[in-house]
Amino acid sequence: MITFLFTLLLFCCFLCLYRISRGPSPADRVVGIDILGIIVVNFCAIVSFITKLDFYLNIALSWALLSFIGTIAVSKFLEGKGFDE
Amino acid sequence: MREILSLCFMLIGGLFNLFGCIGLVRLPDVYNRLQASTKCVTLGTCCMLLGVLISGPVNISLKAFLTIIFILITGPTAAHALSRASIKSGIKLWEKSVVNKMEEEKK
Repeated sequence: MITFLFTLLLFCCFLCLYRISRGPSPADRVVGIDILGIIVVNFCAIVSFITKLDFYLNIALSWALLSFIGTIAVSKFLEGKGFDE
Repeated sequence: MREILSLCFMLIGGLFNLFGCIGLVRLPDVYNRLQASTKCVTLGTCCMLLGVLISGPVNISLKAFLTIIFILITGPTAAHALSRASIKSGIKLWEKSVVNKMEEEKK
């Protein structure tokens, strides 16, 4: 069951990598990177479920934070504004 | 019993992630891709973390709950900022799209 979940999420990662490599516009690539970051959070959740250790969820929370900040920064950059407007 | 329930939630979450990523690959446009992938992957991640929340002891449950709240706030916010940025940087909609409220606002 856990192996099936890992295989499912790995397949999701490959689909995201396909979109990151083939996306016609920069916004497509940023969407793929955002989804890939959220799937890493899923991996951390499953590892925490297996090992019953709680610091993997710290990693998941900080990874979600970094993914969010990165997406916001790149979308501000695409919009053509500076960071302080 | 709790183990089986949490495995069911995690299976539902994994399937929602898969559907979101298939939408990310198959749909024709940035905006369609954003809609499908962000909504499905946010719900799938929340289901997955809900399974972890049901199974674990208190420290794991508390951190999973915090992560659920955080993902529910930040996922749609990032999608909204990204779609606004892509329509302002001049990416066209799909040619079979029916309605474009931004163009109607500009006229």
